[in-house]
Amino acid sequence: MSTDAQDLEKLTGQEYKYGFVTDIESDTVPKGLSEDVIRMISAKKNEPEWMLEWRLKAYRMWLKMEEPHWAHVEYPAIDYQDISYYSAPKRKDGPKNLDEVDPELLATYEKLGIPLKEQELLAGVAVDAVFDSVSVATTFKGKLKDLGIIFCSFSEAVLEHPELVQRFLGSVVPQGDNFYAALNSAVFTDGSFVYVPKGVRCPMELSTYFRINSLGTGQFERTLIVAEEGAYVSYLEGCTAPMRDENQLHAAVVELIALDNAEIKYSTVQNWYPGDKEGKGGIYNFVTKRGKCAGVNSKISWTQVETGSSITWKYPSCILQGDNSVGEFYSVAVTNNRQQADTGTKMIHIGKNTRSTIVSKGISAGRSQNTYRGQVKIMKGADGARNYSQCDSMLMGDRCGAHTFPYIENRNSTAQLEHEATTSKIGEDQIFYCNQRGISTEDAVNMIVNGFCKEVFRELPMEFAVEAQKLLGISLEGSVG
Amino acid sequence: MLEIRNLHARVEGKDILQGINLTVRPGEIHAIMGPNGSGKSTLAGVLAGREMYEVTEGEVLYRGKNLLELEPAARACEGVFLAFQYPVEIPGVSNTYFLKAALNAVRKYHGEEEYDSFDFLALVKEKMKLVEMDPSFLNRPVNEGFSGGEKKRNEILQMAVLNPMLSILDETDSGLDIDALRIVANGVNKLHTSDNAAVVVTHYQRLLDYIVPDFVHVLVNGRIVKSGDKDLALHLEDHGYDWVKDIQESVPERV
Repeated sequence: MSTDAQDLEKLTGQEYKYGFVTDIESDTVPKGLSEDVIRMISAKKNEPEWMLEWRLKAYRMWLKMEEPHWAHVEYPAIDYQDISYYSAPKRKDGPKNLDEVDPELLATYEKLGIPLKEQELLAGVAVDAVFDSVSVATTFKGKLKDLGIIFCSFSEAVLEHPELVQRFLGSVVPQGDNFYAALNSAVFTDGSFVYVPKGVRCPMELSTYFRINSLGTGQFERTLIVAEEGAYVSYLEGCTAPMRDENQLHAAVVELIALDNAEIKYSTVQNWYPGDKEGKGGIYNFVTKRGKCAGVNSKISWTQVETGSSITWKYPSCILQGDNSVGEFYSVAVTNNRQQADTGTKMIHIGKNTRSTIVSKGISAGRSQNTYRGQVKIMKGADGARNYSQCDSMLMGDRCGAHTFPYIENRNSTAQLEHEATTSKIGEDQIFYCNQRGISTEDAVNMIVNGFCKEVFRELPMEFAVEAQKLLGISLEGSVG
Repeated sequence: MLEIRNLHARVEGKDILQGINLTVRPGEIHAIMGPNGSGKSTLAGVLAGREMYEVTEGEVLYRGKNLLELEPAARACEGVFLAFQYPVEIPGVSNTYFLKAALNAVRKYHGEEEYDSFDFLALVKEKMKLVEMDPSFLNRPVNEGFSGGEKKRNEILQMAVLNPMLSILDETDSGLDIDALRIVANGVNKLHTSDNAAVVVTHYQRLLDYIVPDFVHVLVNGRIVKSGDKDLALHLEDHGYDWVKDIQESVPERV
């Protein structure tokens, strides 16, 4: 290997910066999964009967399903009986404001550079902070409430807005949709619920920071976002996790529903622990994210920056049911060391004149494997549907892999589909060029990669874009060739 | 400013430079000429610190420092500038961003305060006049979609912004039409002072009509076989390189 490549390796080989464990007593359910465990979880959360039944139905479906293995990822078999399905910070009553929040918890957020208070004051972001599996603090609720916007933890929504939850839960991702979605439906502990009423434009970015913080606890988030007719909401999801020795399973489900003329923008910056250099101890991230443009002229836009997890299995998708509806997917997936990512999107065109855009940027370094898997499906009635797909891969070094699997299924002759794909290697030429202008190799890699991802970053809300750029730098420190 | 002593270098196991000796003083312009494959670009690459070239023997002193010990970025910060024969494209990174990052990296190296966006923009707009570049170039990605001439002008713009002590121009004339050649050469001439120096690597004499060198060196098979003033370039133009190749065989190897 060239010395340059070695330098780059050194750069990218940087240890995970956010690896620390907060010492908070957790209320954990014994390991294993059974109907009893599900009943226990449901009881701990004081859930109504219908919710328990819904979970049990999912569990029974899950029992008959098989773990999918079509993705381009490899990992040892997961023992689903060796996972604890519930963990919540111990407390008697929920905190009413930040002063009541465990100071140690707040300190954790501060270490991550996301102090709640600062976010409240400076960024104008309402944060529904998920620590392990239960929401600890929700801010700006009052302001949102005045507008009729509901932004709360999922558990709270189940208790306080059962009619909305019952109406929409599982309407985009049914319990039996896939193995992980079924598992999530059975055991999900918490997550976020957002409801934006007719004609309301949510005036602030809604944000949740997830953090997995209990050894050996699977994290099963459930998020449901509904935008009524003419409503608009932008939702940010960001995560970091402490250092771990055991692999942790994470199987979230996110459902988005946009009714007539509504728009939902969902942005993710995901930075879960990717494991050490040999891939040991990282998070397994098997997520089902799907949005339904149920109404005419509705729009759902997914933007994701994925740098973490040892395994990522994730396909934020759009069902374009309403006529003239629009689906977008902008993605940056970075893999380093032994990370494996199989990610992409599905755009299902059902309504007339539906449009979708896919921009995927995959960056592979170290010995990682980075796969784009996308499906564009044009149904019979989708007259005038259009899709534009662009999949670019960048390789750093010669031991990583980039793979692209675009599936196109077209049943309508009036549809227009465009697909572009490129694979490039971060050039020693480019790095030398930067070096020759005085720019260090580390800064050069950062600059080149950020340039490569620009089309995606510009879709992110400003403060998130800055964070994402930094994250990319951290993730790739020590990796090119 | 620059002293090259008995420099040997190889690329992919093949010896390219076989004992280069060259001294460049402040205020001088040196032209290195020679046929294809004689080692001109290798010399430029070795001086800039390109990793593919392996120095097997000899030394290079630059302003009292051992140049070969410095990392490429440090060489650049010390004032060694290479105008690339094939400027590299960096998609998604704007010319302004790149230039500012470069200038501030150099300033930081020297313990100077970094430029803010306003000061930088004022500076770069001034420098763009030198190479007759339209300000719209600033927002375009580095070299992406640039014509051959635009790329070379962009190199000279970078040179103008970074204000190097030693500029090495590697085949800067290649692929330029006569107007672009004139613009690029004018830019180089305007940047030339009695304190800095330039080494102009070229295959053709054409460029030297515009950038008049103090010395011309003919490189054949990795050695400088003949040195002279600008008239040597004209002679080469008329007689081709075969003429010097013949000389080379009769010149004893320098140690």
